[in-house]
Amino acid sequence: MKQSHRLNNVGLINRDKVITFNFNGKSYQGYEGDTLASALLANGVHLVGRSFKYHRPRGFIGAGVDEPNAKLQVTINGHSEPNINATEIELVEGLSATSQNCWPSVEFDIGAINNFLKRFFPAGFYYKTFMWPKSFWYKVYEPFIRKAAGLGVASLEKDKERYEHKFEYCDLLVTGSGPSGLASAYAAAKNGAKVILAEDKPRYGGTLLTDDVSIDNMSGKDWSEKIISELKTMPNVILKNRSQVFGYYDHNMMVMFERVGDHLSNKSKYTPRQRLWYIRAKETILSTGSIERPIVFGNNDTPGVVLSSAAKEYMKVYGVLVGRKPIIFTNNDSAYETAFEFKKNNVEPIILDTREEHDSEVVQEAKNKGIQIKFSYGVIVANGYKKVKSAKIGKLTKDKKSFESTETINCDCICVSGFWTPTVHLASQSGNKLKFDEKIDAFIPDKSKQNEKTIGAANGSFTLQETIESGFKTGSELSSKITDKNNENKIPTVTETKYSVHDKFWCMPLPKNENPKRFVDFQNDVAVSDIEIALREGYRSIEHVKRYTTLGMATDQGRTSNLNGLQMVSNIENKIVPEVGHTTFRPPFTPITIGTIVGREVGMEFMPTRKTPMHEWHEKNNAVFVDAGAWKRPRYYKQGNETLLEASKREAKNVRENVGICDVTTLGKIDIKGPDAAEFLNRVYTNAWLKLPVGKARYGVMLREDGMIMDDGTTTRISENHYHMTTTTAQAANVLSHLEYYLQIVWPELNVNVVSTTEQWAGAAIAGPKSRDMLSKLFPDLDVSNEALPFMGYIESNLFGVPARIFRISFSGELAYEVNVESNYGLFMWEKMMEIGQEFNNQPYGTEALSTLRIEMGHVAGPELDGRTIPQDVSLDGLVSKKKDFIGKNSLGKEAFVLENRQKIVGLVPTDRKSSIPEGSHLVENEKAKLPNPKLGHVSSSCWSVENNNPFSLAIVNDGKNMIGKKLFAVSPLKNTSIEVEIISSHYVDPEGKRVRS
Amino acid sequence: MLHINCPFCGLRAQKEFAYGGDATVKRPELNKEVSKEEWDNFVYMRKSPRGKHIELWHHISGCRQWFKVQRDTATHEIFKTAKMSEEIT
Ligand SMILES: [Zn+2]
Repeated sequence: MKQSHRLNNVGLINRDKVITFNFNGKSYQGYEGDTLASALLANGVHLVGRSFKYHRPRGFIGAGVDEPNAKLQVTINGHSEPNINATEIELVEGLSATSQNCWPSVEFDIGAINNFLKRFFPAGFYYKTFMWPKSFWYKVYEPFIRKAAGLGVASLEKDKERYEHKFEYCDLLVTGSGPSGLASAYAAAKNGAKVILAEDKPRYGGTLLTDDVSIDNMSGKDWSEKIISELKTMPNVILKNRSQVFGYYDHNMMVMFERVGDHLSNKSKYTPRQRLWYIRAKETILSTGSIERPIVFGNNDTPGVVLSSAAKEYMKVYGVLVGRKPIIFTNNDSAYETAFEFKKNNVEPIILDTREEHDSEVVQEAKNKGIQIKFSYGVIVANGYKKVKSAKIGKLTKDKKSFESTETINCDCICVSGFWTPTVHLASQSGNKLKFDEKIDAFIPDKSKQNEKTIGAANGSFTLQETIESGFKTGSELSSKITDKNNENKIPTVTETKYSVHDKFWCMPLPKNENPKRFVDFQNDVAVSDIEIALREGYRSIEHVKRYTTLGMATDQGRTSNLNGLQMVSNIENKIVPEVGHTTFRPPFTPITIGTIVGREVGMEFMPTRKTPMHEWHEKNNAVFVDAGAWKRPRYYKQGNETLLEASKREAKNVRENVGICDVTTLGKIDIKGPDAAEFLNRVYTNAWLKLPVGKARYGVMLREDGMIMDDGTTTRISENHYHMTTTTAQAANVLSHLEYYLQIVWPELNVNVVSTTEQWAGAAIAGPKSRDMLSKLFPDLDVSNEALPFMGYIESNLFGVPARIFRISFSGELAYEVNVESNYGLFMWEKMMEIGQEFNNQPYGTEALSTLRIEMGHVAGPELDGRTIPQDVSLDGLVSKKKDFIGKNSLGKEAFVLENRQKIVGLVPTDRKSSIPEGSHLVENEKAKLPNPKLGHVSSSCWSVENNNPFSLAIVNDGKNMIGKKLFAVSPLKNTSIEVEIISSHYVDPEGKRVRS
Repeated sequence: MLHINCPFCGLRAQKEFAYGGDATVKRPELNKEVSKEEWDNFVYMRKSPRGKHIELWHHISGCRQWFKVQRDTATHEIFKTAKMSEEIT
């Protein structure tokens, strides 16, 4: 298949490797080394998409990150991704791309009717039209906007690709491998600094690949290859191509996006697709170069209108002609080089220069080459719908506000150059306030804010000599500060064309009686007229103009449009550009994938999974797990076809009747040691701790300083100065930080140390009336009688040779014990318990049964201790000492906290004794009352009481004390239920607490 | 992401630390009469200055020490870090 616009023997592509690809259902061929854009252009395809608002046909404007139009839906290896910039994606075998924002096709797009209705789509159109009536939003406006405005389509499939994160530290990060980047990286590397050189494109060298210059008698390309090959041999240098530093964050941290596998057709399973680098650099050199900006003229968005630098890049790098009858439309010298390149490839260009007739090096050269130049000329309107066919051009009057004459000439492309805009995004993100440089009509970095230095074209210096010199100098200076070495560099000799002054001209006037759209921002379809409307309607701040017109927004971030937009505002407002200011540059510089941001933290790797030592046993015995923070806990052990409710009832009932064991390893455990440990606990907990004897446990409640309950648990005095604290599973980490806060900051005089031992101990609760019998078989040599090991007692012993701690504590309200052994013996302990427990009808129970047991006992847990309850709310006021001070005590005296009708914990049973009450239900007096129905409280925990065989719930209710015996409704709009409930005591089973002491 | 110099461990990435608020707040002494206003100021009232701020950070994924950081709340510049026993002036 012939590539109609491919040149012979020009470019850096690999002609030995042909690549077949698909665009909008048609098969094409390109070469290895092509971008999707260059391959399409090689086949003469310009029309790639439809514009955002008016659905106008759009083609390629740039050749890299500057491209605002060519965003395609691209599928590689079955993975489809929207909004891929065709000028940046490398061609790979099997790539398939489709145009976005058009229906049914890019060639025939129904939305293009918007283009003929364009007077109805001015700036602020959405804000004005879609305001009312409100009811139209969901059914009419939103679907319309979504359909009309959507770009690509996100895939609903799981992304199968692999993404990675990497953290790196270096002395010097150089962003961009153009002449200034290469020179500075080289000088710094020679000084022994650890250097990272990042290049966005696949090829190093930046403008050296396309500019007609010589360095030390080598072409720019050869010189850059020489420097790169030397840098590659240096162990202190990391070279990264296909890598864009897209964000500059605090404390000199840069984030870089590396395309690792996108261009490989046969990558290994372990090759990531993309990699995100977090780079902390001591110094940063921003050598990001500049982007050519267009001159604004009528229908300047017609396919075939390209930036002159892009036209040159397509020829020199890819061997592709963007047209065979080009107009070069410029206000400066640099575009002449594009004309020379066309001429070299036997294409006759015509140059329209907005400047008056003058003589300069390039003008001389053009004349010598026989290239036609029209001075004081510009393109007024591009003609052609899906492709430029001709152009109406005009001779500008002296004031450049109208035309002396106009004519139409044939052409198939218009290469436009409105001078250069330094790429200052990273400097701006670092906090550098930019300054306006009159010489180049653009913003450049001002005083460095962080350790960043901008050099070369990014700093507004557009001659190679200057750029290379500042590169060597800066690289050497910044690195010798760090390495203390000062390698002498020989600055190479540079030959380049001397450019004359450019014309401060950015927008062609309109001819009489004609009103074609003149686009400033291609991606967001913002034309000159839109900016005029915004200003006419009173928008002054450039940030407001941006939002009203959408100028400079979205993925493009105004790379080609910002300055022209600012010039426009400053012209109309009669202000100078620096007074207008500029909008904020936000990361990322170009779009990055969500996959890269997420990295490997997906699926099972989203967060660590904590498993107890008994996990394997639970798995083997049909445990159904539930997440408790990062822990996996058995929720119930399924037998046959049991449901959750059936299983949890069976397990809970067995605890009440026989004995059950529960894995409680996940409870937070904190080891507390030191001579002042008792005093410390006495300050942390609301109750008294000074007199707890060795070998005894005590239940405690700790508050925050605002009086709310922070956590509860038992703490045991292991020896004189040694305590073992338990916390709830959820609060374990917070409690440790809390204790450390008071020990390190508030009471550093206390001699106490705390350390988490959660993972050091495996724990199992043995609960039920037969638990003592079972315990005595587990510890045959130990006296476990009620006298020897009373409620809240503690003994150390050994379990068949394994050291064990036995606590007589109970969460279930039954006679119960907790046995702890070192984690390594956890499974051994559990299996022994299952074996020995057989004769007592022991069954394991999960968290669901555990909850049932504690709820019907009226024991509070997380749902009641939700950070909004004080001790008396949950009937724990008995634990609040009146005698001593403790954390949060002062707050308990607050008026709202001592009110008679304060909220309080109660129990609920449905009056029908059948309906389960959903947790989170609201309690109301009248279920049929008009909304908002006054809420009297909420249901915190619900279970099926196995003792009474009916549903039972705990609730926190206003004036709870006086509500006992009343009837309310538990309403859950979420579950669409309303259940009449009777309020009873929260202690539904064994209110005297006899069982635990039995 | 900030780069914080833990006085015990050296420069580490922000994700190793937890923020702890104003370091100049002093808890009223235990067992002393405290006016309602003083207590409420301690529990609830915090200044939110633009500029220099001495604050607490906790090296939770490191040495687990609380320490002081003097930071500019607008620019995130960190001027000094110090152990709890040291003063930042
Ligand atoms: Zn530390």
